[in-house]
Amino acid sequence: MTKSTDLVTELKAEALADLVDSITSEQREAWRVRWLGRQDGRVTQLLRSISDQPVEQRGEFGKAANTLKLLLASELKLASDRDQGAFQSADLSIDVTLPGRPQDIGAFHPITQTLHDCIKVFEDMGFQVFEGPEVEWEHYNFDAVRIPKDHPARDMWDTIWVDSIIDGERSMLLRTHTSPNQIRVMETNDPPIRVLVPGKCYRQEATDATHEWMLTQIEGLAVDEGITMSDLKGALYDFARRLFGKDREIIFHHSFFPFVEPGIEMAIDCFICSGSGGNCRTCHGAGWIEILGAGMVHPEIIENAGFDSSKFTGFAFGVGIERVAMLRWGIDDIRHFYQNDLRFLGQFSSIK
Amino acid sequence: MKISLSWLRDFIDIDGQYEPADLARKITNSIAEVEEIEIIGQEWDTTLITVAEVIAINEHPNADRLQIVTISTNHNESKEVICGDLSIFVGQRVAFAREGAHLVDGRTGEKTVLKARPIRGVESAGMLLSEKELGLSDYHETVLTLPFDASVGVALTEVYGDVIFDLYTWANRADLLGVLGIAREISALVGVSLHIPEVGHVESERAVGDFIDVTIEDSDLCPRYKAAIVEGIIIGSSPEWIKKRLRAHNVRPINNVVDITNYVMLETGQPLHAFDYDSIRGQHIFVRQAEQGEIITTIDGLERELSPDILTVCDKEGPIAIAGVMGSLSSQVNSSTKSILLESANFSPASIRRGSTLLKLRSEASTRFEKGIGPEMANFAQARALYLLETVCNSTAAKGTLDVYPGFVKPKAIILSAYRLEQVLGIKIDSVDVVRILNSLGFDVTIKKELEEFEVVPPYWRTDIEIADDLIEDVIRIYGYENLPTTKLSGTLPAPIVNNLTNLRDNSRVVISGLGFQEILTYTLTSKEDLAKVNDPKDKVRSDPLGVSNPIASQHTWLRTSLRSSLLRTFAANRKHQDQALRLFEIGVEYLPVVDDLPKEQPVLCAVLGGGRRERWMRPGSKNLDFFDAKGALETLLLSQGIKASFSSIISPPLKPGFSAKATAVATGETIAVIGQIEEKTADFFNIDEPIYLLEFWLSKAVDAVHIRPEYMPPPRYPDARHDFAIIVPEHIPSGEVINFVCAHRSGDVGCEAELFDEYRGEGLPAQMKSLGLAVKYRSQNRTLNEKDVLKCRKSLLNRLEKEFGALLRN
Repeated sequence: MTKSTDLVTELKAEALADLVDSITSEQREAWRVRWLGRQDGRVTQLLRSISDQPVEQRGEFGKAANTLKLLLASELKLASDRDQGAFQSADLSIDVTLPGRPQDIGAFHPITQTLHDCIKVFEDMGFQVFEGPEVEWEHYNFDAVRIPKDHPARDMWDTIWVDSIIDGERSMLLRTHTSPNQIRVMETNDPPIRVLVPGKCYRQEATDATHEWMLTQIEGLAVDEGITMSDLKGALYDFARRLFGKDREIIFHHSFFPFVEPGIEMAIDCFICSGSGGNCRTCHGAGWIEILGAGMVHPEIIENAGFDSSKFTGFAFGVGIERVAMLRWGIDDIRHFYQNDLRFLGQFSSIK
Repeated sequence: MKISLSWLRDFIDIDGQYEPADLARKITNSIAEVEEIEIIGQEWDTTLITVAEVIAINEHPNADRLQIVTISTNHNESKEVICGDLSIFVGQRVAFAREGAHLVDGRTGEKTVLKARPIRGVESAGMLLSEKELGLSDYHETVLTLPFDASVGVALTEVYGDVIFDLYTWANRADLLGVLGIAREISALVGVSLHIPEVGHVESERAVGDFIDVTIEDSDLCPRYKAAIVEGIIIGSSPEWIKKRLRAHNVRPINNVVDITNYVMLETGQPLHAFDYDSIRGQHIFVRQAEQGEIITTIDGLERELSPDILTVCDKEGPIAIAGVMGSLSSQVNSSTKSILLESANFSPASIRRGSTLLKLRSEASTRFEKGIGPEMANFAQARALYLLETVCNSTAAKGTLDVYPGFVKPKAIILSAYRLEQVLGIKIDSVDVVRILNSLGFDVTIKKELEEFEVVPPYWRTDIEIADDLIEDVIRIYGYENLPTTKLSGTLPAPIVNNLTNLRDNSRVVISGLGFQEILTYTLTSKEDLAKVNDPKDKVRSDPLGVSNPIASQHTWLRTSLRSSLLRTFAANRKHQDQALRLFEIGVEYLPVVDDLPKEQPVLCAVLGGGRRERWMRPGSKNLDFFDAKGALETLLLSQGIKASFSSIISPPLKPGFSAKATAVATGETIAVIGQIEEKTADFFNIDEPIYLLEFWLSKAVDAVHIRPEYMPPPRYPDARHDFAIIVPEHIPSGEVINFVCAHRSGDVGCEAELFDEYRGEGLPAQMKSLGLAVKYRSQNRTLNEKDVLKCRKSLLNRLEKEFGALLRN
């Protein structure tokens, strides 16, 4: 192809692209003047320029330019016709407000959603999911995490017991917390350890608006050289901000769990009243909301797992998922979760 | 534990420094959790409810049960009020309310405003108030008696107002179950000094040993028993300041002696017990395990049978107290008591807890002992009680105490290094602060190795301190967790935990919910009856679930071996308010019993579906979900996970025969799922009166069949040739087998892929035959197929179909 017909091809591409961008009738008129206008239209000018072409190319060039002129005129007409048809012909229009053809979608239970959201936060810090049994030995649930028989710390967990005793001494129970998995994880893994253990736990407790006998927890455990309580605070600060808003503040306050030392509970400033308290229904005027218990893994537990506690330190935390879910959505009664009324569950169907 | 602010102020000077809420926050942050703040006297108007003194009492002219009481309300004012309390006496300090004061109505218990009005014809300037009228308690028999040193004319709130903190303390901190213990912590926290309460008393000539002997049989169970004897007691009511504090801590005043033992317990955390000395038979105390079947009647009037797991305090004849829990009725201090034996003892925490658990008897004493009280605490508490007995009851203590102390242990020093402190906390804390904090909490600290190490001896009341990290906790909680920075975890990342099962479970949840199923979560404990309805009776494992011995409710007694009944119940419950299709699923575990071991927790996805498919025009019931919706969902689920499965019919109650199938993984040959309609009678049991379908997918059985890394094939280079035809086969031939057969067919380099586009039975076909419409694609990796190739392949395929299934081409 010769150089002058290249020019025609380029113009064609440019004009058509320009037409696509010309949507209103005013824009189309401007387009017409720009390209096909009698005075300065670029195709009109192209046709005028035949005499400037080398003699041997004039025939071919003229033919191409004329073809372009006809093509553009017909494209303009087509574009205008299309619009007129869509907007003016009643036969072809649809009522866009009619219901769409249903495409079913289900949803995760709000507890699953919250569990996943919590897991996601810690996965981003390098934690990985590990799972342990719900029906657990008394040993793992209590003794191995420093809650011996006849110790009042057992009162912190009312227990549902399985009604069979193995070998006359080993008792099974429904785990009251996910903490026995600190032991199970360390039995099978060497530091560095960063695990999350999600799962159901059980308490021998009468149900009311804030108590359920079946609940969901996530245990977090990190054991390595150099892990400090400041790291625990950092990890939980990140968690609080990602779940409850980026301007959250956290505080630690003193607590006691036999398997950690020091032991703390973490509270966040109320995300409803921003800590101002008053008559806030979410924090009951306290300004702070307790979220979870945590602490530094007790050296005896690290030693029992076969690691040198003067070298390895660790932190552990336990989050109650129902509580987090209730707080983030303002759910007033924990019993809704396991009644599974679709009028309740359906409110959490949007994907986040 | 309730803690009175006015009591705390006896030991620490924190007046005016903190609002109650601020102090509560500080206590929660560093000491123990304040669950509630109760303000006593918040509603007492400071100008209308004041302290008055009774100066004269006269008869009411018109009523026997009323008196005209003249009171002095301040230095130069007196008033006359009508009062129904006939026990009132001249000189008594009382709470006086003027017109307009906000009160509780003594009869109705409702809030009211006082109006001055004549009572039986005599004017009354106001009212003398009972505890009930002040909102302190339900007591309305007499007016409140105030301490004699209460200044006349001052607001009642000044002498009787208080703030009560309700504290949740820790299972290893018995010392926090005493006001002094909390005061000590606050003094360390806010940097004020601690005033130790007064002790000291006069002793008589006669030594304690002349009165009593003590024998401890097992020093492990009773490390210390310290006895004192007090003579010359006149039993009576305690002074108001003691009663007020007992009441504020929910302890009922009994008499001066018992009240003092309780007062000292609340103050110091050390339980004390007073025996009526004259009722101790043989003047000898034995601390021993009870004999099987021994009987004691405790002071609450209940007869209790004892066993060797219960520790007792006995005299020569038998038990006179359940050690550390409760005394006996026969040895209790009573109105004719003249002398007492004051017990200040130490018992093994585990033993007390075991005993009180066995007897289902918990007391203020047992909740303290079970947390571990330091044996040294017995000293101060006893001295304090002897001081109060002398001051309040005017009694005399015998000389000395009888101290049997076989369990003495010298306090051990713990080495805390600056290195460890930083290793655990991530920050350096100045050694000056470390020493200051530990000292203020009562620890002895010796600095070693140029500030690199501290040798720390815990105070006798801190039985919870065992290791250096315990000290680190004490340092940081007082130093303030707010001073801890937030840092990021560093160090090596652990090796990845690859868990295909978790992945399969999470992926399946996403897919099935995307298919319109709503996730539910149901209780994992159920009833045996429900389980029997949904399990195949031939399935011995599932028919014999594990039970729990203390269920929340009888319908939650058995660990479910199937999720089916939970799904069916949820379906039925939701059907009441949902008339269209319901699709529900749950991912959980089946608890399958294993002999002598924990049950196998087998993960499963269980789903149910039924009802009218949602249509565009919202006409319910026009088309119901059926077996093929269940199967379609399962097929999509399996496809999404790269699991190839074949389906075959099964007979397995409660699935309806002829309408149920299992899916077998091609890769492993395992049954990984079942689908089918629930039999009508089973559905009916769960109150479901419509066809309902089940989908059950055992994740752990399927996980090995998942194609983690699919075998790659380049896309075909040559186009498929498509040819549709129908064949006639006997009715009993499963179409799935035909399709599998066709897909496996090869003729030379030509392979086939087939899908079913129609199934037809009935008119125009021979009897017991059906027609299957097949859409067959022929494909070669080497060339474009022509008509001749296709016909040749089809011919060989038809020949083989005829041989295998008796199939004929339908014209």
